[in-house]
Amino acid sequence: MISRREFLQASVAASAIYGASGVGNWSRLAAQQVLTQDQLLQFDAFGNVTLIHITDIHAQLKPIWFREPETNIGIGDVNGKPPHVTGMDFIKMFNLKPGSPEAYALTYEDFTSLGKAYGKMGGMDRVATVVKSIRADRPEAIILDGGDTWHGSMTSLLTKGQDVVNVMNKLGVEAMTSHWEWTLGTERVTEIVEALPFPFLGQNIFEAEWNEPAFEPYTWFERGGAKIAVIGQAFPYMPIANPGWMFPEYSFGIREERMQEMVNEVRAEGADLVVVLSHNGFDTDRMMASRVSGIDVILTGHTHDAIPEPVLVGQTILIASGSHGKFVSRVDLDVRDGKMMGFRHKLIPIFADVITPDAEMAALIDAERAPFKEQLEEVIGTTDSLLYRRGNFNGTWDDLICDAMLSERDAEIVMSPGVRWGASVMPGENITREDIHNATSMSYPNCYRTEMTGEFLNVILEDVADNLFNPDPYYQQGGDMVRVGGMGYSIDVSKTMGNRISNMNLLKTGEAIDPARTYTVAGWASVNEGTEGPPIWDVVEAHIRKIGTVKLEPNTSVKVTGA
Amino acid sequence: MILSRREALVLALGSVAAAAIPLPALASVDEAVAAFTGGAEVGTGAGITLTAPEIAENGNTVPVAVDAPGASAIMILAAGNPTPGVATFHFGELAGAHMASTRIRLSKTQDVVAIAKLADGSFVRVSREVKVTIGGCGG
Repeated sequence: MISRREFLQASVAASAIYGASGVGNWSRLAAQQVLTQDQLLQFDAFGNVTLIHITDIHAQLKPIWFREPETNIGIGDVNGKPPHVTGMDFIKMFNLKPGSPEAYALTYEDFTSLGKAYGKMGGMDRVATVVKSIRADRPEAIILDGGDTWHGSMTSLLTKGQDVVNVMNKLGVEAMTSHWEWTLGTERVTEIVEALPFPFLGQNIFEAEWNEPAFEPYTWFERGGAKIAVIGQAFPYMPIANPGWMFPEYSFGIREERMQEMVNEVRAEGADLVVVLSHNGFDTDRMMASRVSGIDVILTGHTHDAIPEPVLVGQTILIASGSHGKFVSRVDLDVRDGKMMGFRHKLIPIFADVITPDAEMAALIDAERAPFKEQLEEVIGTTDSLLYRRGNFNGTWDDLICDAMLSERDAEIVMSPGVRWGASVMPGENITREDIHNATSMSYPNCYRTEMTGEFLNVILEDVADNLFNPDPYYQQGGDMVRVGGMGYSIDVSKTMGNRISNMNLLKTGEAIDPARTYTVAGWASVNEGTEGPPIWDVVEAHIRKIGTVKLEPNTSVKVTGA
Repeated sequence: MILSRREALVLALGSVAAAAIPLPALASVDEAVAAFTGGAEVGTGAGITLTAPEIAENGNTVPVAVDAPGASAIMILAAGNPTPGVATFHFGELAGAHMASTRIRLSKTQDVVAIAKLADGSFVRVSREVKVTIGGCGG
């Protein structure tokens, strides 16, 4: 019996994902025919400094399926630029071969069938192998974690992030920044941070009452003969996008002026290289790079984009390392005389069946999961449809969650948050309790049932749409459009706030939503304190148990124009 | 008459989301500016810095700061509030820094405006849009 790993190494016609310095060099690697660990890790060391970047793993310690977005609209100046390029356009832009491993890893095209050939991705035990290999080559490589690390799985919820903290400490992370970490609450975050063997950075995290800096803005590394400053930038819209009452002591924001001050400060103290470890989101980082001078590298995060080549803004390179442990970026830099003279980059895809798990890390992960094994692996139902979430408007996971709320909570209209995390489940697979948690796990899961007027529903859609489609990246919060069940609408993304949404209609009857009428609405992930209702995973589990096998029809309830 | 859903919503409800800054507020911003400047011309160049968040974390208490080296007075207005006047800070000749910070309440998304009277008697104006949002779906 040939293992999948041997199969892939022996027979799949494939090229390795392999970026290097500069742009447009993926095509020359298309001739490579075999997918091997050595190839995935192959890298001609360059310069004197190496950065290893991983971000937005959302507590996924085991390999997962993760379908990349089909719809990822860019508004204004960023229209048609990465990361706002998907599917075949992405394949063409980066000269990939349709059906190749890299096309599978980076786009949604043929996801189900290619998944069968290439297998799951990620797994922190595989990531550990990659990190060890890079460190064998470059012992002084700096490992940086962009945040959204302690949240996103059933085990991270049950251990309040401890399982992931233990894994990342073992991996050897040397600095991190934050977003969903804060949804564990101030007390727990403080407890973890005090025990971390590395700094928890955020130049933009301020003490709320006196508006004074609350966390270390940056940290120093002396590596390869260079003095390196790493400045942290936490998610700017923490108390707006997530429940501020869970961390009322802190204020965030982009705080661009202070970022410039910090860059100036570290330059004055002799930094040869300035790296920003950011959770701004890609478009916000791209804008910040154009407005703050003196940053050499921005390691981006938050918006879950995997881009095979660095994006250049002036003298700054932006690195986008994907999410859920699917990728690790290696960035080699030539730093001399206080300047970044050149770079070589590789977005390393973590093909779980190709990269050998690191035995020690695998044992640690299994030990972390052991107390919860039975709960995690309990089969709740099966699915005939691919379950995924990523995309601006809806995903099948969200359709399933919305169906569950409509039926279990007896609501006319339901809303589900447009988060970008959540692993996929392949057609024909069992749905386990862990799978449900991968799409719903959070510290504010209560599924409320309330009444809203048609007018208020409109205000919500307009508000969320402006957070996503505002042409100024500094006003974008990341995330995707709120998912809606029971109601359809049209959206013109090119319009301004208050003018994007039209044709709201009740799907059951087709009648127009009456602004003055009151509707029964259910939803979850409310940022309001004291929200009541059962945890959403219980609602979804009850629904799946009843229907047994999930089969979803294509969702055409949102009509999009203006893109 | 064919009415689009959007128009129907706006007509029926005077939807806040669709409304521009109300005229009365604009008028009183102009009045406040005129009272502060005595009708003098107001420039928009360098000389004044206004620091405010792009999106308010809490519209009830939004931190803002103004800094205008050498200014004898700085006025802050919240252009979209029912009462736009926030504060006017006066600086004496011995003032070590010509900056001030405070917190203001913003009723909705709007421009925060600051006007400084500089040392040479000229006026300079700066404004920043601060968004007040219901939020809740980031991730």
